[in-house]
Amino acid sequence: MKLVAEIAKTHLLSKPKQTIVAMMGVTFGIGMFIAMVSLMTGLNNFTEELTMTSSPDIHIYNDVTEGRPSIIEQVNTNGINVIHHQKPKNETSKVRNALQIAELIRKDPRVKGVAPSISSQVFYNYGPVQLSGNILGVDILEEDKLFGLRAKMKAGRIEDLKANHDGLIMGKGLARKLNINVGDRVVMTTPQGYTMTLKVVGIFQMGIGTVDNVRSYANISTVQTILQQDHFYITDINIKLHDINLAKGFAPLLSDMYGYKSEDWETANATFLTGSIIRNILTYSVSITLLIVAGFGIYNILNMTIYNKMKDIAILKAMGFAGKDVKLIFMIQSLVIGFIGSVLGLMIGFGLSSLIAQAPFDGGDFISIDRLPVNFDPKYYIIGIVFGVLTTAFAGYMPSRKASKIDPIEILRGQ
Amino acid sequence: MEQVLKTHKVTKYFYEPEKFQVLKEIDLSVNRGEFLSLVGKSGCGKSTLMYVLSTMDTDYEGELEIAGERLTDRDQNQLAAFRNQHIGFVFQFHYLLPEFTVLQNVMIPALKLAKYSKREIEDRAYEKLKMLGIQEQALKQSSKLSGGQQQRVAIARALINDPDIIMGDEPTGNLDTYNTHLVFEIFQELTHKYHQTIIAVTHDDEFAKKSDRIVEMSDGRIVKH
Repeated sequence: MKLVAEIAKTHLLSKPKQTIVAMMGVTFGIGMFIAMVSLMTGLNNFTEELTMTSSPDIHIYNDVTEGRPSIIEQVNTNGINVIHHQKPKNETSKVRNALQIAELIRKDPRVKGVAPSISSQVFYNYGPVQLSGNILGVDILEEDKLFGLRAKMKAGRIEDLKANHDGLIMGKGLARKLNINVGDRVVMTTPQGYTMTLKVVGIFQMGIGTVDNVRSYANISTVQTILQQDHFYITDINIKLHDINLAKGFAPLLSDMYGYKSEDWETANATFLTGSIIRNILTYSVSITLLIVAGFGIYNILNMTIYNKMKDIAILKAMGFAGKDVKLIFMIQSLVIGFIGSVLGLMIGFGLSSLIAQAPFDGGDFISIDRLPVNFDPKYYIIGIVFGVLTTAFAGYMPSRKASKIDPIEILRGQ
Repeated sequence: MEQVLKTHKVTKYFYEPEKFQVLKEIDLSVNRGEFLSLVGKSGCGKSTLMYVLSTMDTDYEGELEIAGERLTDRDQNQLAAFRNQHIGFVFQFHYLLPEFTVLQNVMIPALKLAKYSKREIEDRAYEKLKMLGIQEQALKQSSKLSGGQQQRVAIARALINDPDIIMGDEPTGNLDTYNTHLVFEIFQELTHKYHQTIIAVTHDDEFAKKSDRIVEMSDGRIVKH
């Protein structure tokens, strides 16, 4: 065994150029894999975290557009009914007994927090221009518990909203569009035509354009006033769980129990999640391609080596080396190439990832980042090295097996 | 006299391009310490016989016994281990491993056998090289030596495990007169002084004439011994 390793080592060292070229193939493949996977998973984690913090685990609301059974179907249950283009009933998006529901849900041990709120479409008036957006009536302290709003404030404090009955905390993108600073007043109009002036007491930034460019927070009573509704008017219940993965199973239960639409975060953010899946598929397919190319390189080089070493193999066999010893000599070579190549690849991948992490990047209005998010999870480094060694072992196996099958007589007879 | 090698009715066929009987019921026995030359015209089957005797060719009928062990029907791995311990080879070409030094080349079969420690093996290798007069070359790359020197290294390598038999396939076929003479003298010294058994295939009549015993083959049969 030791002798076999010694012979393999001598073979590798006697042709350093060839060995290095073979290693570089693996190094390049693994390096690119690490760099790509770090960036892609970094982006995925970053966006996932953003959406996770800015959206509730479960969102209960009254979906008025949801299909409802028609009256004729209720009356004429066994007959053949044809209904064409049924429209929603004129009803408010009010969730009845919302505060009691919230209280009940809060008692569940799986639940971390519950925040009832009101949301509505509004138009923000900026001189003659109207910008559409939405307003959320919340208990701001409760909202902070769920979404960590305090950390996202760019100006003002969340307590200022509590103190100001006509206060408003506005998304950063929206404030910029409206040219508004803390202390300015903004006029808004509801779809029902009611107009109200509110004072901006704070500016927040979630980091996602779809939130920052349209949303404002106000007190629940303020929004109830704007919408000309009573004190029990609540349209949404937002829930955070201790374990986010329970949401998918928990949401339908709530829906069945209270009769309102209950949506988990995965369904609500399906586009984001699809994006992550596609990025992952891309990363892995490109990396596998790179590694297969590197594998072919090793296969070629080992094949050449074995062809050049026919005589050596024959004499080794004559002197008493068994087929498996010969196979081992060449397997060791390919594994050493694979292992060293992979380790170098990990280092290069780490270097590239570090460089990418330092590169300035402007996320624009869509995502607020100034540098690309890079993931340095050691898991991917382990995957990388396992992947690299496996590919080279596979690429080396076939030529090595061929070498072990060489018939020494054919070569030694020399005729 | 102790018999070191014995065959009983060894028969072999070639199937390409058509079925052809190369060896016809060969019965041969070789005594310990004998220097035997296997001669005959080209195509008479002498090389084929030697490769059967070497255990590398297992595709034959009949029986083969070396050093009291029956080798017929053993598997390749067992035969490889057997060759390692009991048979040394010298071919027409030296077949030294070019990346290794002379000393390493000589040591490899002994390291494979692992009967002695590395230290002892090195001493033994030096001893063999000294016996063949090439100990000064020990640390050189094997490819840097002259043809005659390389063949002597190959002989040292064949001797390192103190084999029962040294088999040579045209061991002087690629050497000039001077080196042929030298190799022959080495062989003679090995048999007479150290009781080494040698079986050499050759078409060099002069070489054969000087050996202890000549076995002549013709058309797959031993015709004279």
